[in-house]
Formats: sequence, C-alpha cells, structure tokens
Amino acid sequence: MNALLSLVAVIALVLIAFIGIKIANLHFLFGVVIPYAAIATFLIGVIYRAVKWGRTPVPFRIPTTCGQQKSLPWIKQAKLDNPSSTSGVIGRMLLEVFLFRSLFSNTKFELKEGPKIAYGSTKWLWLGGLAFHWSFFVVLVRHIRLFTEPVPSFLHSIEVLDGFLQVGVPGVLISGVVLLLAVTYLFLRRVFIPEVRYISLAADYFPLFLIMSVALSGILMRYFLRVDLVSIKELTIGLASFSVAVSLEKISVIFYIHLFLVSTLFAYIPFSKIMHLGGVFLSPTRNLANNSRMERHINPWNYPVKVHTYEEYEDDFREKMKDAGIPVEKE
Amino acid sequence: MAEEAKIPPKVPKGVPFPDELSKIDYTPPGTGWMDTPVKFKQGFWCYGSKAKNLETVDFPNPRQWLPADEDWKLPENWQEIVLKGFKERLDKYRSFKVFMDICVRCGACADKCHFFIGSGDPKNMPVVRAELLRSVYRGNFTKAGKILGKLAGARELTYSVLKEWWYYFFQCTECRRCSVFCPYGIDTAEITMMARELLNLLGLNTDWISGPAANCYMKGNHLGLEPHAITGNIEYMLDDIESITGIRIKPTFNRKGAEILFVTPSGDLFADPGTFTAMGYLILFHELGLDYTWSTYASEGGNFGFFTSMELAKRLNSKIYAEAKRLGVKWILGGECGHMWRVINQYMDTWNGPADFLQAPKSPITGTVFENARATKMVHIAEFTADLIKHGKLKLDPRRNDPLKVTFHDSCNTSRGMGILEEPRYIIKNVCNHFYEMDENTIREKTFCCGSGSGLNASENMELRMRGGLPRANAVKDVVEKYGVNMLANICAIDRAALPPLMDYWVPGVGVTGVHELVANALVMKGEKERTTNLRGQPLQGNGG
Repeated sequence: MNALLSLVAVIALVLIAFIGIKIANLHFLFGVVIPYAAIATFLIGVIYRAVKWGRTPVPFRIPTTCGQQKSLPWIKQAKLDNPSSTSGVIGRMLLEVFLFRSLFSNTKFELKEGPKIAYGSTKWLWLGGLAFHWSFFVVLVRHIRLFTEPVPSFLHSIEVLDGFLQVGVPGVLISGVVLLLAVTYLFLRRVFIPEVRYISLAADYFPLFLIMSVALSGILMRYFLRVDLVSIKELTIGLASFSVAVSLEKISVIFYIHLFLVSTLFAYIPFSKIMHLGGVFLSPTRNLANNSRMERHINPWNYPVKVHTYEEYEDDFREKMKDAGIPVEKE
Repeated sequence: MAEEAKIPPKVPKGVPFPDELSKIDYTPPGTGWMDTPVKFKQGFWCYGSKAKNLETVDFPNPRQWLPADEDWKLPENWQEIVLKGFKERLDKYRSFKVFMDICVRCGACADKCHFFIGSGDPKNMPVVRAELLRSVYRGNFTKAGKILGKLAGARELTYSVLKEWWYYFFQCTECRRCSVFCPYGIDTAEITMMARELLNLLGLNTDWISGPAANCYMKGNHLGLEPHAITGNIEYMLDDIESITGIRIKPTFNRKGAEILFVTPSGDLFADPGTFTAMGYLILFHELGLDYTWSTYASEGGNFGFFTSMELAKRLNSKIYAEAKRLGVKWILGGECGHMWRVINQYMDTWNGPADFLQAPKSPITGTVFENARATKMVHIAEFTADLIKHGKLKLDPRRNDPLKVTFHDSCNTSRGMGILEEPRYIIKNVCNHFYEMDENTIREKTFCCGSGSGLNASENMELRMRGGLPRANAVKDVVEKYGVNMLANICAIDRAALPPLMDYWVPGVGVTGVHELVANALVMKGEKERTTNLRGQPLQGNGG
C-alpha cells in the first residue's frame, strides 16, 4: 500500500511535467522557476535543519564504544572503534561516512532446532547501500559539466573512468547503470524481506521511486531519446549564471520531466529522511571521543538538583550507626 | 559432559518450558504496527510504581494503580504534559533530536535486539521501538507529519499509544547493541531513556525501578540496607572468609582520612553469588593492605535513577562525590557493575563534578597513575587488579580454580558504554587455567544482554527475561557443548542476579561468578591456612568426591 501510493505519486509527477510542457506550454515554469524554487528550498531547508541540530546541546558524552577503551598503557586500545582523541574520532567518522563501516559488520541470525542460534555475516545491504550512494555521487559530480564552461579537466578523467566499459554510442557510463540497479535492489529488499517490509513507510518508498525515475529519465535521455544537448547546456549555464536566454521550446519534454523530478527530489530533501546525510555527522554516539573520565565534559544546561545529604542520612540513622560502630559527625 | 546425567531445567512459575518457548515465529503480523494495538501479555511487564516510592523522590502523580487496569489514573491534561516534555527534551538533547529525524529504516538493527530474537514480536525490533516515539514526534513536531499524517508515518498520541510506550519501553534493556550496527549510530537506549522520562512525568514507572531508586535516595542503596545491615552482612562474609582462609579481615566503614573510597553495587552485599564477589574484594584489599573505606551513605554503585530520568540519576549519583569529599579520600575505586560504569564513564563528572578535591588516582601498590581516570578520579576494579597482576604484585595459584571451565560475558554497559574488554579477560586468564570465549558475534561490543538490564530484573516478567536472555544463554550452551564450560564470569551485579535463573532455565549446570571471586580463590594470602574449599565452600580438588 505504502509502496503503491509512492509509485502513484511519482507517476503523477511525471505526468505533471509532461502535461505542463506538452499541453500547457509552461516551459519557463518548468525550465526556470521550479528549478530555482527547488534549489532555494533545498539550500534554506538543509541549512535550517543543520543549524537546528547544531544548536541543540550535547549534554553528555555518549559514544557507542565498539572496542577496547584506552586504559593501561600495555593494553591495546581500539583507536578507531573506541576513540579517545579527535584524530580517532575523525578516522571513525571518515570510515563511517565513506565506507559505511557499521553496516559492514552487519550480521544475520538463524534460529535452528535445539534451539541453536547461528550468526553469519551479511554484506548485501552494505554493498547495495555503498553502490547506491557512490554511484549517485559520481552521477551528481558528472553533472557539473552542465554548469561549467570550459568543463574542468577532472571531469574528463571521471568520465573516462566511468566509461571504462567502452561499449555503446554514446558510451555507457557505469555510474548511471549502477545507480539504477542499486536503487532497484534497495526497493526490492523493502518488498521482499518481511521485517523490512513491515517497517517501511510511504516516506521510504517515495524517495526510492523518485530517484529511480530520475535515473531512468536520465538514461532515456542519454541513450535512447534524442535531445538538443546544445540548448540544454545553454539553459543550464544560463541557470547557473542567472541569465537564461535560450529558446526553451527547442528542448524536448523528456528533459523537462527529468528536471522536474530532480527539482522535486531537491526540494523534498529537507523535509525527509534523506537529511541523514547531514545527521550522520552530528550523531553523538559516533562523533565523540570516549574520554569523559580523562577530560571533563560540560553540560550547558546542568542545574542543581535536590539531594539527600549525608547530614540528613546521619540524622535518620545516627543511633543505628553508633550501635554498629560506624563513626558519626554529631554524637 | 555428555555422559553426565542431564540436569532438568528450572522453569519459573508461569513460564513455558524451554522447548516450547524456543518455538518462535518471526513472521510479522498482517496488520501494520500502527494498526495493531498493544496487548499486555502476562509475564512481559512489571507492576506499576507504588505511590510511596514516587513520593520519596517527589515524582508526579503518586497513586495506587495497576498496569493491567483500563484506567491508569492520569491527570486530565496528560497529553499536554507529555508533548511539553517531548519538546523540552528535543531542545535539550541533540541525540534525541537527531535520532528522531534521521532513521532511514534500513532494518540493520531489526534482528540485533535480544528481545526480538527471543520473542519474534516485531515491536521489539529497535527500529519499531523507536518509531513508537517517532510517529508521535512527526505528528506533533514536523511539517510533513502534520500535513501528510499517516503517510508520513505520523500519528496521534492516544491512550493506547501511551500504553504501547509503557509496555515496549520497559521491554528494552538500554543495552545499545542495535546502535553498534546502525549506520548513523542511532541508539535505542537514548530513545528509551527519553520515553521513560516522559512516562515518569505521569507517574508511570515500574515499581521494580522506583522502589530501589527510592531506597537509594533515602538509605544510600537500592536494597534499602541500613548502615548496621551493611556492616552486619559484611560481618557474615568475614566469618566465612575466616573459616576458609584462617584470616580475620577488619574492614572500615565511613572512615575519614582513608586514601581510597570503595563503592560497589549493593547487590553484592545481599545475595549469592554477588556476595562471593564482595568477599573477593575484601580478601584482595586485605592482602594488599589497602588504605580504603566502605561507605554506608554512598553504598550503591548502581543507579536505578538512570532507568528513570537523568535528573533522578544525578540525584542518586551525587552521593559518591559528596562522600568522597566528606571523608577526604584521595580517589575512588569502583566495583564490578555494568550500568554503574556507564554512568561513571559517561555522566558522573558532567553531572556532579568537577572532582577537584580528589587527586589523579594512583595505585599505592604499583605506583601506576590511572591517566584514563584523571578527571573523574574513579578507577574500575578490573583496571586496578589487572595492573596489580601485570606488576606481579599478587601471588596467584590458578590451579585452585581448576574445577572451573570459565567463559566471560561482557556486560552491555561496560562494553558499549565504556569498552573495558581486555582487563577482565587478562585477570581471568591469570587466575584460571581454563578459559574459553563464546561465539565472536555474542561477545565484546556485540555482546548480548542478560535480558534483565535497565531495571527489568523483576520476578513478574520472567517470561520476558527468559526470552530476552535466550541469545546469551544459547551462546553459553554452545561453549558448554564444545568445551564443557561450567562457569559464566562477568563484571556486573545485575548479571550475577539475573544470569543464574537464566542458566538454570536454558543451560542448567552452569554457575555464575564475578571476576573477583575467581581472583580471591586463586590469591595466596600471607599467613593463610591451607585452603580446602573455595569461597562457596566447595572442595578445591576437582570433582568433589
């Protein structure tokens, strides 16, 4: 149900763009206004969310320690999994952000007769997630060529690497294909793994379908439907330099569909779980050193609390203490 | 092991037999979790807090109530109270705010929870446990949730949702195992702690938590041992030690001017096998001639306030520094306990420090300065003892522990909220000849909870505890079958209380011990008589005839 609704929503988006261009002729709206509005929403939204997180205090030092603490000098500390210094934390975060280290250690269990519980390593989610995020990143970087003139040279190297298969005309770029495969895998596991299906919300399917449609429309445009690349580049350069002077009608509808889907994705990010890309940096269980016995951590809102003092305690038990031979303050 | 007669399991009242309990169905129900109202199952929940225990610590809504009752006798504006408390905590804890926002429901945590593995209840998947709270967060504090409602995973805070919170947030032991596997480190313990704070705004604690917390507030320890009871209990231990070793130990209490204040969970002063661990401390400190004192005021290392609210945790914890200051000690030594060490490692100094009236801890025996505790000024006894052994300061005869085939259970809090993994292992390997590790997926940072942590070690929720303890017990069973393990060592007082019934149920024949019981058994004391039994009074030479 959640999946179906999300699919319908994405199909509706495609139709909106199609009708908007083909029937209503709203080229300027879809080519200029909506992209600007989307980018503005994205930037303001993401900054707003990040600032809101950043302003929320971190009262306690609560890293999840995943290895040996720093203690006696002859005991080997797990410097990455249980960091006690900033460099350790940076290392831990880098491995987490770029290589999804926690997911790498993922396990699955099986309850057999006996009972006997067996655990095994499972790397599919890690692999699928890594493929998805990295290919998405490469695709995004490749699009820089649309906004720059001349195109920076590092993009050429990326494209050479990306097109290493050297098949097809134009040459197949592996990143787009991997993105589509990975996002499809992420969707299928949501549908076919019972636990994952059980926890999946519409808000989980919608971004997957949206990204799938972005990738599909992009691939269609590159390999199957002819588009006027020169005009598109004129438009994108124009957008980047705030001076659009191209005749928008020359560009075919598939481009507008792609652009509208991308715009929706960008505008959606600040309101969605996709914000995890910023949140992961601020997660107190990962980005803090386990050093609160070595160095004092301050809670900015620490306040005095009512305590039961020793004096009150002694008043309650003085006679019993004296009888038991325990020293007291007041005889 | 195979040729020995099989010991039958001890099945607590009302709990199905192990064969039956281990038939677990993991298929999620047909209805979504939002559309499946909570059903309270006998054996899964604890009694509600008694009015007097809430009054002792000035908590709201003290009254007589039963969780099974329809009417929980809540104040009329209970929703307003909860939502106001929710907002307040979102603004005070970045962890809470971020963890409400960034979960992508990838499912990596789903099968990491011992309660899910043991029960198959999908609401025990950490992600769903958190969603119970997140759904209300979205419905009340996010734009998408307010506009899209259920589509965005949002829902209203109803009476039924509140009951669901109570049922499931007292089915989480705050063990943090899920947070190890989460790609963003989302920690269900943080979420459970916040949920329990919200529930406590309405007087909705369990009495197994609020009772010990009230005791600790007034009497200094969870068990409510009054000063003379503490000295009395220790006196019994001293008698036993004398009859086993021939040495009469004379510890001191509330003594000003001692070098070290020793704080340990009160559970070890009360019942087997914790008392054997306490005897271990007494023997070790005597042998070292340590200038230390016990305190009857700060007579609790553990902190059931921590299972209630941050504020109550701080109020209970304050006694440790206050007493160290009053007595004028130089530093503090802490006994074997799980959540106690999470609190000391990650909270104590922040709450109640700076402990600038103390000195950086220095072992008077080896001269080692415990640099890792230079701010908090409190040293874990396993660090202290490992250092002694490394410096050759203890005369040890590990053969005395030869009848034992030992494995080690890492406690949740000491492994995932501190990382004291090698110290206890180093000690055990020096005092025992037979040590075997369990499956690597069930130890160290991946360790499984005893199933009874965070104040769930009551007797009315035994089925939950046996289910939650299944993964731990099952890993023990594995080393029993492989190596003939017969003793489960640990550094946690709740383990020492909770693991014996768990072993009797799933792996009968396996005992439970603190690490310092093993140390004291192996420790050759100056002037001791020839020992014929261990601290439990069992004959030293193997089979016992």
